[in-house]
Amino acid sequence: MGERDLRMLLDEVRRGRLSRRRFVQMIVGLGLTAPMAAQMLASAGLAQAQTKWTLNPTKRGGGGIVKTLWWQAPTLLNPHFANGTKDQDASRVFYEPLGAYDPDGNIVPVLAAEVPSLQNGQVAKDGLSVTWRLKKNVVWHDGKPFTADDVVFNWEYVQDPATSAVTVGQYRDISRIDKLDSHTVKLVFKSPMPFWSAAFCGPTGMIIPKHLFQAYKGDKSREAPTNLKPVGTGPYRFVDFKPGDIVRGELNASYHVANRPFFDQIEMKGGGDAPSAARAVLQTGEFDYAWNMQVEDEILRRWEQGGKGRADIVSGGNIEHIQLNTTDPWTEVDGERSSTKTKHPVLSDPAVRQALNVLVDRGSVQEEIYGRTGVATANFINAPSRFVSKNTKWEFNVDKANQILDAAGWKRGGDGIRAKDGKKLKFLYQTSINAPRQKTQQIVKQACAKAGIDLELKSITANVFFSSDPANPDTFPHFSTDLQMFTTTMTQPDPQRFMDQFVSWEVASKDNKWAGRNPTRWRNEEYDRAWKAAETEMDPVKRAALFVKMNDLVIQNVVVIPVVFRPRVAAISNRMRDVVQSGWDGDFWALAYWSKQA
Amino acid sequence: MSKYLLRRTLISIPVLAGISAVLFTILALAPGDPFEELATNPNVPAEVRMNLRAKFGLDDPLPLRYARWVVAMARGDWGFSFVSRVDVDTLILQRLPATLAVLGAASLVAILIAIPIGTYSALRPYSIFDQAATTLAFIGFSLPTFFTGLLFILLFSIHLDWLPFIYRADISATGWQWYWEHVRQAIMPVAVLGLFQAASMTRFMRAAVLDVVRLDYVNTARAKGLSEGTTLVKHVVRNALIPVVTLVALQIPNIFGGAIVTEQIFRVPGIGSLLIASILANDTPVVMAVTFIFSCLVVVSNLAADLLYGWLDPRISYR
Repeated sequence: MGERDLRMLLDEVRRGRLSRRRFVQMIVGLGLTAPMAAQMLASAGLAQAQTKWTLNPTKRGGGGIVKTLWWQAPTLLNPHFANGTKDQDASRVFYEPLGAYDPDGNIVPVLAAEVPSLQNGQVAKDGLSVTWRLKKNVVWHDGKPFTADDVVFNWEYVQDPATSAVTVGQYRDISRIDKLDSHTVKLVFKSPMPFWSAAFCGPTGMIIPKHLFQAYKGDKSREAPTNLKPVGTGPYRFVDFKPGDIVRGELNASYHVANRPFFDQIEMKGGGDAPSAARAVLQTGEFDYAWNMQVEDEILRRWEQGGKGRADIVSGGNIEHIQLNTTDPWTEVDGERSSTKTKHPVLSDPAVRQALNVLVDRGSVQEEIYGRTGVATANFINAPSRFVSKNTKWEFNVDKANQILDAAGWKRGGDGIRAKDGKKLKFLYQTSINAPRQKTQQIVKQACAKAGIDLELKSITANVFFSSDPANPDTFPHFSTDLQMFTTTMTQPDPQRFMDQFVSWEVASKDNKWAGRNPTRWRNEEYDRAWKAAETEMDPVKRAALFVKMNDLVIQNVVVIPVVFRPRVAAISNRMRDVVQSGWDGDFWALAYWSKQA
Repeated sequence: MSKYLLRRTLISIPVLAGISAVLFTILALAPGDPFEELATNPNVPAEVRMNLRAKFGLDDPLPLRYARWVVAMARGDWGFSFVSRVDVDTLILQRLPATLAVLGAASLVAILIAIPIGTYSALRPYSIFDQAATTLAFIGFSLPTFFTGLLFILLFSIHLDWLPFIYRADISATGWQWYWEHVRQAIMPVAVLGLFQAASMTRFMRAAVLDVVRLDYVNTARAKGLSEGTTLVKHVVRNALIPVVTLVALQIPNIFGGAIVTEQIFRVPGIGSLLIASILANDTPVVMAVTFIFSCLVVVSNLAADLLYGWLDPRISYR
């Protein structure tokens, strides 16, 4: 399906022959994300169907305490320094962005008065600027008004390299921010920005107050007292924070949404482990909400039967996949293994790649290991399981693998392992130490053995495998083996940043201390062109087609073999109401609307 | 006495320096880095990570980093956590009360259990009571704390639903309610640690009393016509306590070690859980500080054991 087909589909929607929902389903079936579908509809002039939940009406306060549990404890409360989602989530109790992402990837205004779009003229047609109008009745927890100056300041704060803000990636495409009036800002970009909501939206878009941080920009950023005692605009005001343990907040009596929030107090306790956190919500009901339930589905199901809580599962952008090295990990060139000056002696044969692709029994991996928490997929860019791609397909077929290898001239030797020109089909397959991953390795190994491929399994402790240590050859960017498996995350409802892990200039190498984003070292001009085109393409339909193409290139060339995509799982007490997770934003993206049955 | 103390203190300085050098080297050799999560996040540019590494001095050679740490430490500057960017001493002070409360209560429980049971067992050796106490004590110190902790959670929190298994240092209730909540949540961690300590202490106490009770002066005391109670408390137990106290003092570092695991299981925001979290996050300054405190504890409790010994037994003199 190309650009023309997409246009025809959009036309169908316009005439009312195709429902918006159906359109979204079809697009998702193409391997695109729901947020992109929403964006396409919006910019084609088909007002996006705002997701409406029937929120239970509440009055402000009177809800008592809401107790939440994060098994990784938050360590700091400045969103621009967040080490991970735990810190972003903890900051989100107090700080808010201009817009949040709902489960479909639509922008929901939070501190903005409305969502910019091409229709309301706030997004420039050339994509070079976007104008945000801010909500007017917003005050910081200390009573000072929230204004355009705060928005401008956040950009300056993040921009300063001495601040070392981890959010800088979202802000550096902005060339300047004009303050049009006290409550209007215009972001001017260096080049056309199709994904203009990167800055100031979602978990990296939280806004900190200028009046409390302006003295602590740059080098002095660590010294700001407000790093630990946040003053934000959010539904709850800061009470207490113990790094690595607990965050507490109390109702913000001047919150800018009427009748919210419902709870008088909020507590976010950290530490421990995922299974006992799940127990605290599902079995004993001690807590109301627990984050990131990395617990076997079978166990979650058993605990859910108690009737106290449920595991809430929502699609996001996590994909567990196997990468195939395109370079030779067994030859050292200039002190570097897997150097781009080499070619993998065996995996450079497309037939071997095709064979491996049909030897990964994704169905069994899902069934035997992950259950609801990992769904078999053929695509690298993913969305809910019920919308399976039509362009790509996965299959598990040992006979087919044997045929492909026979046809390509790989003959079985006396030991049952295939070989050609003296090269054997033997691979080293690495991943991090994690029970489901070791089980997956076993499933793949057994299937490969049936096709005459010998896999040697290797597992590395997670804090080595995922580290960025340039001196350690066992990290995933070094990729000193033939195959490796891990989960990569699409954190934003836009695949641009996510898909840079296949572009040629991001190849991980000795030159960039293995900080490059492309560990497979795959280089493809067609892909590079598509990626660059998508970066500035303002026509959402064309852009969507480009991402479909990128996904298909990666899959057809078997650069990676997607295994399962992994939705986000939270444990939620059955007494909680209106707790909606979004795969594109933090767990607390709609915290103000949470309530609880009496 | 003061000369002895001075000498012991002076000896402990090179010991501590050696310990810190070893710790620092091992930590530096251990793989991983504190900005691991940033490395896997596609939205964080690599420069940010490099910049932070340079800023926190992680790229400097090891001897330089160690020298910097020693100098700062000597000036009382513990440095700041890479992860939370909070000063290490603040972090530790925040965590200390919970650890001390839980450990203190656990030791108290252990003493209250061990001394009477150990004494009674020794007075009636090989009786049914003694046999039962011995068996229980063996079970007690054979089971590691992480195992008993999980058993307790399963039994008391999940099946019976009597006690909470998540410890919260901040309880918003006031008055009696506040005390009650604190006691309720502390019961399990305190019981786990207390019973573990009590198990070995009971054995020590039994052995010590057995030794003492046979001695002539005890017979003399009885012959003088002292009541059984007075003989027991003033003559038997007091003398039997000497070796027990030494052992208890020497065990203090072990107790802290056991607390690390227990704190993690019950989410007690103490020093132990701080240590585990920091190790997992490769947060070198915090790990250094906490392990250094633990090694100081070993040195100090050894010294304390020696001094206590002399105080309890005047025949021992220090030279």
